[in-house]
Amino acid sequence: MTTQHGRRQLLLIALVAVTLLVLLASIRYGAIDFSITEISRALASLLPGRPEPTLDQRIFLELRFPRAILCLLVGASLGVGGTLMQALFRNPIVEPGLVGTSSGAAFGSALFFVLGGVFHIGASLWSLPIAACAGGVISTYLVFLLARSREDGRASIVMLLLTGLAVNALFMSAIGFLSYIARDPQARSITFWSLGTLSGASWKSVEIVALSTVLGSIVAIRYAKQLNALMIGEEEATYLGVNVNRLKWIILSVNVVIVAVATAFTGVISFVGLIVPHILRMLGGADNRFLIVGSALTGATLLTLADLIARLSVRPAELPIGIVTSAVGVPVFIFLLRRRQYVF
Amino acid sequence: MLVGRDITFRVGSKELISDISASFAPGGLHLLVGPNGAGKSTLVKVLARLLRPQTGTVEYEGADVGHASEAELAKRRAVLSQAIEIAFPLTVREVVMMGRYPHFSGRPGPTDEHIVDEVMKHFDVTEFKDRYYQSLSGGERQRVNFARVLAQLWDHTTDSCRYLFLDEPLTFLDIRHQIDFMKRIRSFTKDSDVVTVGVVHDLNLAARFADQILMLDGGRVVANGPPSEVFTTERIGQVFGVEPTMVQTEDSNIHLIFN
Repeated sequence: MTTQHGRRQLLLIALVAVTLLVLLASIRYGAIDFSITEISRALASLLPGRPEPTLDQRIFLELRFPRAILCLLVGASLGVGGTLMQALFRNPIVEPGLVGTSSGAAFGSALFFVLGGVFHIGASLWSLPIAACAGGVISTYLVFLLARSREDGRASIVMLLLTGLAVNALFMSAIGFLSYIARDPQARSITFWSLGTLSGASWKSVEIVALSTVLGSIVAIRYAKQLNALMIGEEEATYLGVNVNRLKWIILSVNVVIVAVATAFTGVISFVGLIVPHILRMLGGADNRFLIVGSALTGATLLTLADLIARLSVRPAELPIGIVTSAVGVPVFIFLLRRRQYVF
Repeated sequence: MLVGRDITFRVGSKELISDISASFAPGGLHLLVGPNGAGKSTLVKVLARLLRPQTGTVEYEGADVGHASEAELAKRRAVLSQAIEIAFPLTVREVVMMGRYPHFSGRPGPTDEHIVDEVMKHFDVTEFKDRYYQSLSGGERQRVNFARVLAQLWDHTTDSCRYLFLDEPLTFLDIRHQIDFMKRIRSFTKDSDVVTVGVVHDLNLAARFADQILMLDGGRVVANGPPSEVFTTERIGQVFGVEPTMVQTEDSNIHLIFN
């Protein structure tokens, strides 16, 4: 135990270092590159008594920097969400989007874009995340409702995955319909959303996503031990003192909130939540206390790398980040599936 | 002391067990036998409070367990089930440590570490403590689970009685492991003064190891007492539909031969 515990702590420290390095690369490179001196000058201009920041410094402070931080937070949310869902379903190929959360959240925000345009709903900063959360909650609930067996009211994994596929398709077609009837600027926002983008990052969005990510992760870590017990089965977890029903509701709620809020600001980003827990399990085993912290760091790192690729590959334009994560994620996913024979 | 009073458990309109009353004393090994569908597994789950009966009560030391919290109950009640599968890579030591989960919050303390080492030694699993659970054979896995369950009940510090339930833990094990497990369970029950109630399919194993046999049929108790009284040729013939020949072994145990 002591050796394994020590190994995990070292891994986490290494992950923190990698995350910081990637963050540094992320704020340096992009449409314009900033040198370390320019970055420190820009940061210094925030201190009281300094002259007003120059235009370049303002680009850095108001666009580049919040985008990099938002990217870290969204990556962390998706990583933690993936770990939670895999632990809850006791199945290593589940991702947060599979039970409908992210497509529902994207639908909620698409509806908000369109209706907000039609009815001139006061677009306060909170209305978009609220619409996305509501969409995420409704679609997840719908999946669980439809997947429940008539005999004993339990949802089997196969039923959940298949129902999730169907509900995802339903919401994606609804999003398609909305973008079809929408006027041009709204249709463009919707399209960007279903592919994922970080280009709308602002300090306000950073604040909101930071709140949900940090609170969600704290709750998740509190229940990590109970999620460990769940690994040996629902009945066995009950015998170990876990109130399984309560645990399910708490973990699902945390997942819906962190994934829906992240989706609200960045759109649908797939495969991060699926792959991150796998990488960590290969490195340090399956203890959820380690996995939750580790997948927050690894998710942040991977999404930041994907964002760098999205920004640098077609510079000075950029790709939607969801295209990058899918292009990298699908081969990795297939590799994982073929390497191990998973049983449903 | 474990007491079940007038327990009836239904699923829909079907009664799986009907109006069962029985008491089980500490230090004794109590085994439930009966044909398939007799309600053995249901009764064990009701007594362990995984299932809550529609009528009747289960009492641990005179107190109704209906209101106890899961966390509180897990400190003195453990269940050994059959063939546990784990989808994720957990080491043997991590699995055994789960038995201590009800006893600590946050990280395990020195007592927990000590108990885990002790039970692992007791069940000869120390040699593969760092191996992954999935890489073990069926017999080895069940030894690990047994160690986990005993780690849960290991503390002698509490005065309150401890309860061990066996939900067909011997299924899928070969005969050597079956006998080995029954010996370990019996000695743990006696040495630690635990109330042990379990389901075992093999009547001869039950006859050899049980202090008390509860024979069920169609959700009702047909007979209750020491093996020599419960196991009669006529009763087994009636309940199981196969009439055995009884043989007295040298150590005055009974042995059943089915033709």
